[in-house]
Amino acid sequence: MLRQVEGSRAVADAVALCRPEVICAYPISPQTHIVENLSQLVKTGQLAPCEFVNVESEFAAMSVAIGACATGARAYTATASQGLLYMVEALYNAAGLGLPIVMTVANRAIGAPINIWNDHSDSMSQRDCGWIQLYAETNQEALDLHIQAFRLAEALSTPVMVCMDGFILTHAVERVDVPDQAQVDAFLPPFAPRQSLDPDDPVSIGAMVGPEAFMEVKYLAHAKQMQALELIPQIAAEFQQAFGRDSGGLIRSYRAADAETIVVALGSVLGTIKDTVDELRERGVKIGAVGITSFRPFPLEPLRAALEHARRVVVLEKALAVGIGGIVTANVRMALAGISLRDYTVIAGLGGRPITKASLHGLFAEAIADRLAPLTFLDMDWGVVNRELERMGASPASGPHAENILRDVGPVAAGPV
Amino acid sequence: MFQVRIHGRGGQGVVTAAEMLSVAAFNEGRHAQAFPSFGSERMGAPVVSFCRIDDHEIRLREPVMEPDALIIQDPTLLHQVDVFGGLAPDGFMLINTTKSFDELGLGEFVTGFRHERLLTVPAGELAREHTGRPVANAALLGGFAALSGLISLDAVAGAIRERFSGAVGEGNVAAARAAHAWVAVEMAELSGAASG
Repeated sequence: MLRQVEGSRAVADAVALCRPEVICAYPISPQTHIVENLSQLVKTGQLAPCEFVNVESEFAAMSVAIGACATGARAYTATASQGLLYMVEALYNAAGLGLPIVMTVANRAIGAPINIWNDHSDSMSQRDCGWIQLYAETNQEALDLHIQAFRLAEALSTPVMVCMDGFILTHAVERVDVPDQAQVDAFLPPFAPRQSLDPDDPVSIGAMVGPEAFMEVKYLAHAKQMQALELIPQIAAEFQQAFGRDSGGLIRSYRAADAETIVVALGSVLGTIKDTVDELRERGVKIGAVGITSFRPFPLEPLRAALEHARRVVVLEKALAVGIGGIVTANVRMALAGISLRDYTVIAGLGGRPITKASLHGLFAEAIADRLAPLTFLDMDWGVVNRELERMGASPASGPHAENILRDVGPVAAGPV
Repeated sequence: MFQVRIHGRGGQGVVTAAEMLSVAAFNEGRHAQAFPSFGSERMGAPVVSFCRIDDHEIRLREPVMEPDALIIQDPTLLHQVDVFGGLAPDGFMLINTTKSFDELGLGEFVTGFRHERLLTVPAGELAREHTGRPVANAALLGGFAALSGLISLDAVAGAIRERFSGAVGEGNVAAARAAHAWVAVEMAELSGAASG
């Protein structure tokens, strides 16, 4: 049924349709509306049987999800930013134990400086913790990916993180097609756990493993993600059969087949990129885009096939690997090993800075002229940066960066947007 | 694509206004995208929300920097925040106020625009009359329907009822109808003055 709802509501409805038996959550912006909606569905009995557990921290949220999933219950949680960092130890445990938990990450920047707005620093920091990571471009895709995520997680017995841009998607009200319960039930069978704690048939889960077998156990998480490279497109194809929508998959090409310049990105910014690509195509510019839906596992082969004919690749990233630059770029380069083309890393949208069509036009023009630096910071105010660098040079006690820079920038919220 | 920017303060229902506008457009079979400025969610702080309306899927995710229409819920923002930024000379603007543009200190400013597209409406007063509270968001949408012709008053009423049930919903629908009528009269007077 078509509905005009907030992204968080759409995701909550999708999760509820997947019949989770345990939901545990600790609220953090911009994830809060998702779990608020779910708590209401549990409280009113619309989602039953399901236990909603209010926990005291994100560490507890993931720990409860681990416990619930280990007993054979379908478990779900959601978090963002510092909350994701606070559950890191448990994230590794969920992956290492092979527990198919599904979690939404409402992508948000990581402090300091503290900032509630969107970027991908949080989920990118956990790219190697063993969870599958899927990135949604729209609220419809966020909804669809959650239904696919439970299928994928349970088929492989491995956890899946669905990443959606905080505020930009979670708080956007737009059209979504919400499937009905019978459709989801037909697509997602009841959870048949690979391992289960049962007092009537006791087992232990979580043995200590020494050097004699650690690598082998650890490798299995990797083996599962390699299987996911096959399974993710299969599930997306089945989803399309069942629901009539093309969502999910490993990567998505947009007007890239004959493109000389291809922009690679993840998440909601792809919409603005596609609009910009269309405007440039009208002027005869051979440009296209490739969206990475599955960042873990990383689709090396499909990405190579999608990019290898291009003359240049612009990787637009919403996270910064301090000390080197791009995270996505490093992965994309691996997909392009041995192929000679120009690649550019663009760090954009950190801490919620809008990524505008106007800025993208300027950026792509520079890229097409091959005038772009290997590492570019989109819309960076270098005056502000340089003044603080000067203060640091002038005095060994120049004070805190954030406060100095905020004084320099002047009052915020005086502009229109 | 038609882009609307709504300015107000935290607690005035600015985000809800954009959402209801998007629901009204959706109910008329159109694509719509409403989102807040993601700023500081504090009572009284300046808040901005946005709504895009189009006949096909909306992919653009940037804030609305060049609005086709402005709705200003709180006139105390006029000289504090750059509310007019990016408004095109043929854009629409509706301000919630009992004052005239001259009294607001905007007499000269409005001459740069099509005068029949910039109007004021006492939406807060109309809301107080019909709901007992001076929350102007729903009333402004009624006025905006009349001013822009973008959406019908019935679609606005439907969106209000989806959001607010019972007496609150009906009161807000009545306020929206009153604001719609107010703006329609004002527009008729302006076009009469223009042709006379």
